[in-house]
Amino acid sequence: MKPLSSARMRHWLGASAILVAAIATALPAQAGSVLDAINQRGKIKVGVGTSPGFFAPDSNGKWQGFFVDFGRALAVTVFNDPAKVDFTSSSPQQRLPALQAGEFDILLSGVTETITRAFKLGFHFGPVIFFDGQGLLVKKSLGVTKGADLDGATIAIQAGTTGELNIADFFRKSGKTFKSVVIEDSREFRNALDSGRVDALTQDSSDLAIQRTQLARPDDYVLLPERLSKEPLAPAIRWGDDRWLEIVNWTVYATIEAEELGITRANIDSFLDTSDPVVKRFLGIDKSLGEAIGLDPKFAYNIIKAVGNYGEIFERNVGKNTKIGFDRGLNQPWSSGGLLYSPPFR
Amino acid sequence: MQCALLVVIVLAVQYLGSNLAANMKLVGITPGFGFLNHAANFQIGESVIPYQAGDSYGRAILVGLLNTVKVAVAGCILATIVGVALGVARLSTNPLLAWQVQAFVEVVRNTPLLLQLFFWNAVLHGLPGPRQALSPVAGVLLSNRGVFVPGIETDSPVIAGVVLVFALAAVVFLAQGRHIGLAASVAGLLGAGAWGLAHGATVALELPRLRGFNIAGGLTLSPEFAALLIGLVVNTSASIAETVRGGIVSVSAGQWEAGAALGLKRLQILRLIVLPQALRVIIPVMTSSFLTLTKNSSLAVAIGYPELVSVLNTTANTTGQALETIFIMMVVYLTLSLTVSVFMNAYNRRWKLRENAR
Repeated sequence: MKPLSSARMRHWLGASAILVAAIATALPAQAGSVLDAINQRGKIKVGVGTSPGFFAPDSNGKWQGFFVDFGRALAVTVFNDPAKVDFTSSSPQQRLPALQAGEFDILLSGVTETITRAFKLGFHFGPVIFFDGQGLLVKKSLGVTKGADLDGATIAIQAGTTGELNIADFFRKSGKTFKSVVIEDSREFRNALDSGRVDALTQDSSDLAIQRTQLARPDDYVLLPERLSKEPLAPAIRWGDDRWLEIVNWTVYATIEAEELGITRANIDSFLDTSDPVVKRFLGIDKSLGEAIGLDPKFAYNIIKAVGNYGEIFERNVGKNTKIGFDRGLNQPWSSGGLLYSPPFR
Repeated sequence: MQCALLVVIVLAVQYLGSNLAANMKLVGITPGFGFLNHAANFQIGESVIPYQAGDSYGRAILVGLLNTVKVAVAGCILATIVGVALGVARLSTNPLLAWQVQAFVEVVRNTPLLLQLFFWNAVLHGLPGPRQALSPVAGVLLSNRGVFVPGIETDSPVIAGVVLVFALAAVVFLAQGRHIGLAASVAGLLGAGAWGLAHGATVALELPRLRGFNIAGGLTLSPEFAALLIGLVVNTSASIAETVRGGIVSVSAGQWEAGAALGLKRLQILRLIVLPQALRVIIPVMTSSFLTLTKNSSLAVAIGYPELVSVLNTTANTTGQALETIFIMMVVYLTLSLTVSVFMNAYNRRWKLRENAR
């Protein structure tokens, strides 16, 4: 091979660099076990949003919130270390393609489970961890009491949410009209109501309750009691790794089961000498179950130790004694009239 | 060597293509454009053509495209007018004026466009509500729901269109100082108008008025459209101003002196001698300013103006056809850019020919 002139050499190097870059970017999306990738990396990559209470960094830059705690619980199941997880905020519009592209191992950003997302986007959903419904946040002085009063109103919607479709359905059904302003940025979304650009905001009611606390004068606004839709918020992963799905499922179930059994972060050690076979299996005192499923027999014990049971996670982040002040509502165990129900640990 | 490079590229494309197909199959996405006929169950805030939730995705995307074209065309025209005026003012012999324009240009060119859009959006949202709308001139209402101006209501859009074409022609002829053309188009304008009225067309001036939650009647510019338009015009006009200034400076001082020796006034020299020569330098650079403006309109996603990217993002989200929508986006922007280039190149050739003919 004759020596290359420097100009040609540069062409050649440029082309190779492009090729290498192209292959390198193509690789992460390639088929393979999500769990293998997580183990290799030593960390779980979780996509979240930004709403205080659900997911937000605190003053030290540490992520806090209801959904964040489930991310930490997952890290406990996989690594027995709640710190081995990376949270990245992603806008509602960007998060779904980001999950498809393999940017995240799981989305814990309040994604509504729908049939389109399951089949067309290729997502599996874990157990619903927050039962929500779409609401309307309006200015009190308008004197509006229900959605149908908003005929002809201007309503802001956040881009990339199911809200965009629900609100159109709602007005089509009632034969009324509205003007939509679709905004991607969360802050601009809230400002639109604050400045009076729109008459109402529509979004999952839990999110609206949080948005309301961020407005300049929260008391001037009211969240209408009407719910326009069902919004079951669940962890989302992409198709292709069944074992990863089961880990997500049973991590969530562990927090629900613990609440049902009355096991909390504070009292868990008092259960260690129990004679109840159900509790023994659940906490891994009886090691046979854990060995059979290939997880740390004490994974449920470790989760509760690290983040608490479902009720504790709820109350700590968004419950009555927080600024957000949600009722448990549907989000309590079936035995107390809610929808949380864990299959048996056996 | 070049053959080897070609082989490598072909292999790379093939590898990426098969990788992509395999991955799409893995997550259960069927590639294709069939979704364009499916019903799009979302609402779009403003539209040039009739659209409602339930129409096809194809139509929704067309609405987004037309919104992009609307802001791009209005933006290019206004940015040119403002930019040329600023560029000329920058060279003014009045130091106060020149200095002010320079300060404006520096501020605008050295801050990010997205920041400017947020700024203009905040300004427009800061206007009072519809019930307390400002009315600087009778018939014009400024509110945080938009800028409302009187509109002309007619039941014969065809005749209105003909009248509009004649009116535009009249303005062009007036600007070029061609009196015969001007007289002809004014005659056409009056003729078409008279014919329309004689055949029962009604024309009414419609003033914006408060109705229910909003102001209705007249023409409306939504705050998002207005913010985007102002942002793009201000931003692009600053770079056009610099282009124009550079073009004018490139014409040798001798031309000015020759003009002065002929007894022409400063503005006359500018219009008749300097600008025609400067245009040769200015036009190619302007083309790229126009292209930038068109592509920058996609930043509207952040402030909520439903242009092409915004609608396509929603489409990608609800259908899962992310690759197809990105493909559509690329094709559309490429087509828009090439169209602008073709027009500008044709215009450029016209000026070149003239010079050669002399």
